[in-house]
Amino acid sequence: MPIKVLKPGLATTVQDLGRPGYYHIGIPLSGGMDRHALAAANLLVGNEEGAAVLEAVFMGPELEFTDDALVAVTGAELPPKLDGAPRETWTGFKVKRGQKLSFDFLKQGARAYIAIAGGIDVPVVLGSRSTYALGALGGFKGRKIEAGDELPIGTSAAPVKEGRSIAKELRGMPAGKPTELRAMPGLYWHRLTETAGSGFFSDTWKVAPEADRIGYRFKGGKPLEFVPREPPFGAGSDPSNITDACYPYGSIQVPGGTEPIVLHRDAVSGGGYFMVGTVIAADMDLIGQLQPNTPVKFVKVGMEQALAARHDRAGLLARLRSSLA
Amino acid sequence: MQTRFSFGGDEHIFAEVDESMSLEAFFKSLFVTNAVRDAKIKGVTEICPANASYQIKFDPDQIKPDDMLAELKRLDSSTEKSEPVIKTRIIEIPVLYNDPWTHETLMRFRERHQDPDGTDLEYAARINNLDSVDAFVKAHSSAPWFVSMVGFVAGLPFLYQMVERKRQLQAPKYLRPRTDTPRLTVGHGGCFSCIYSVRGAGGYQMFGITPMPIYDPNQKISYLRDFMCLFRPGDIVKWKPIDRAAYDAAVEDVDAGRFVPVIRDVSFSLTEFNNDIDAYNRKLEGVLHAH
Repeated sequence: MPIKVLKPGLATTVQDLGRPGYYHIGIPLSGGMDRHALAAANLLVGNEEGAAVLEAVFMGPELEFTDDALVAVTGAELPPKLDGAPRETWTGFKVKRGQKLSFDFLKQGARAYIAIAGGIDVPVVLGSRSTYALGALGGFKGRKIEAGDELPIGTSAAPVKEGRSIAKELRGMPAGKPTELRAMPGLYWHRLTETAGSGFFSDTWKVAPEADRIGYRFKGGKPLEFVPREPPFGAGSDPSNITDACYPYGSIQVPGGTEPIVLHRDAVSGGGYFMVGTVIAADMDLIGQLQPNTPVKFVKVGMEQALAARHDRAGLLARLRSSLA
Repeated sequence: MQTRFSFGGDEHIFAEVDESMSLEAFFKSLFVTNAVRDAKIKGVTEICPANASYQIKFDPDQIKPDDMLAELKRLDSSTEKSEPVIKTRIIEIPVLYNDPWTHETLMRFRERHQDPDGTDLEYAARINNLDSVDAFVKAHSSAPWFVSMVGFVAGLPFLYQMVERKRQLQAPKYLRPRTDTPRLTVGHGGCFSCIYSVRGAGGYQMFGITPMPIYDPNQKISYLRDFMCLFRPGDIVKWKPIDRAAYDAAVEDVDAGRFVPVIRDVSFSLTEFNNDIDAYNRKLEGVLHAH
């Protein structure tokens, strides 16, 4: 039995863990921007970690259930309400047929993951249920949900009890001010002068209003200066231009040397702007939880530290799993 | 050309074959990425050729980054001996140049353009030393173009003109990007043309529009049923200027499910091409229209 969308929220989309394998033709991974929170929401309702959920940004939707269900809301502190009565985040709770799920104002973070036992059963496209809105692909009709939509729900494979919750230290949300994003310098780092390179890592940046699933823009640091050059054929005349190339996920491009943009799960797959380096995979979830105006520092790391951080992040998810087992 | 390698975080290796665009650099990118695909390296999840570079995404839990890099360097240097010949396709793309839809859009964003008093075509003709829009259209559509990269957004081809460098058309991007571009606009930025696969933001000069969809996420269009994106890196494109009546007829055919694109298999030799570019291009065009 489907779930009726009464109000859609700001930009609520169906997401799972993504759609690898098509970046070479411009179709990005998509999937939840905070994969740890997405997996946690699924585990709380007895789904597989990669089942399709709703990702709500800044503002929650209002949903009416046409059947009993088990629901969990993780990620951003976006407090759920059932027929107006508060429910806990990071905790599975029962919903009765006919009840309405709505949300209070956002208290912390940016993206909440709403998992429903059985998962959201939209068609699998190229191996994933994730929405890639720019390409009108996957998810619910290739777009964010709208009032009047009816979201199909799958059958719950392994029903679990309500009331299980995730301890605070296992949630993996950004902590500390400014938020630290670890990044490996590289790609076209050599285009920067030494002063610009050290300034990039020592400046405090702020999340700009242009922050979405494609990428997060940052402002407030010093403009970057370039090593002079003769523009290579095909690159374009601006010192920040390169011959159009692929963009790694997490890569930090700085058009015109002014405002860095970190590409995320709906990344444009390539283009003509130079990149100074790449945010490590372990810190990508954190970006998905940053609100505009949040102060951020990029912290320079090498491969060894990146792999250690990756190991730590995987360990956090392993501990979360065993806390529910 | 000495490929420059760099890690893109813990999950990517970025390889710049050359700073400058050339068919030689593109062929190398295509050959190395084909070799990576054939090598079926455990842990590789994305293999992306680009204009003069390429990128591999891998899972460092399955293959150590240094091992991945060593393997890639080995494949990169072993392709140097390859004969630059590919089996590919030549595809005819009908274009209504100077169409009303891109015209309406370029007028809406005129203040973001280098030449607010003209059109994108008039500007491109002038800066390429061509005396009219017609002469520019002729220069744009007479030689074929290589699909040297697919990306930015789903299915969007970057196209590189198959003429000597001094004859290549060049135009800067808009001063500030537009927030809107009609779907299927034929655009141009730097030395690359493109076809916008979806409606959206864009910074390339706008020259015309094709009636022929190149991306269909619903896979309803006959020639996109097998796969939703038409283009692959290495395809060759030949523009065919059409008038409004032919455009309208083609749109009607697409909607009725009876549009059949002209696509032919062809073998391309970079060595033979470089020996006599115009003769080789005439031969390619012959393949397109041979019955």
